[in-house]
Amino acid sequence: MSDYTVAKTLDCKGLACPMPIVRLSQEIAKIKVGEVIEMFTTDPGSLADVPSWAKSTGNAVLENKQESGVIHFFVKRQK
Amino acid sequence: MDIEKELADIKAKLEAMPGKENKLSMVIFSGDLDKQIAALIIATGAAAMGMKVVLFYTFWGTSALRDPAKKVSGKSFMGKMFGFMLPKGRNKLKLSQMHMAGMGTAMLKDLMKKKNVASLDQLFEAAGMLGVQINICQMSMDLMDLKREEMIDYPHLNVCGVATFLNDAKESAIQLFI
Repeated sequence: MSDYTVAKTLDCKGLACPMPIVRLSQEIAKIKVGEVIEMFTTDPGSLADVPSWAKSTGNAVLENKQESGVIHFFVKRQK
Repeated sequence: MDIEKELADIKAKLEAMPGKENKLSMVIFSGDLDKQIAALIIATGAAAMGMKVVLFYTFWGTSALRDPAKKVSGKSFMGKMFGFMLPKGRNKLKLSQMHMAGMGTAMLKDLMKKKNVASLDQLFEAAGMLGVQINICQMSMDLMDLKREEMIDYPHLNVCGVATFLNDAKESAIQLFI
């Protein structure tokens, strides 16, 4: 399922709210529209926050996976 | 009645409606450490969500914007007293509860570091990068004899009055008071 061409990887492991979405908003600005950024977090709140962020900013969470406490997101820049 | 005219009427009314902008206005009244952290988390979060953010610091909140390294002269007696009594900068703020003569506040800061929660210093840095506007209430500064020159170096800092805040608040989708 996760065969996206990833343009950028963002490591937010260990960071607490609101830093994951602050970092995501800064890093996604550095890729082109249509490209995908992958992101790693450990903050359980980010499971709800990253999709909320995407909804509000008009971007898309393509997928999230959880492996041993690490949440792995694929976010597509749409605007 | 003519439908086109009616539509134009509705459009004009919508334009004049408050709260139409993707913007957050917040009054930061409290000088308590916990409330200031909450305010800055909401502010940086909103900025990350693509919102315009304007923070209006007033009364006890203004202490957080003092720069401990800066000294100014020419203060009145009362101004000096205020300057002495009020926290000198964001790192001298106290918790609203469980301060316990400094022990509680120190413990919370230690806990925040351990749990990797952003400190006020880091939150201010993020706010600056994200373009969060900080407005300081002129009247509060006059009252406590705080000078513009003793405030922190922040990229988007202004001194203004209540009209500026109200104008921002009126345009904002969200208004908060902390």
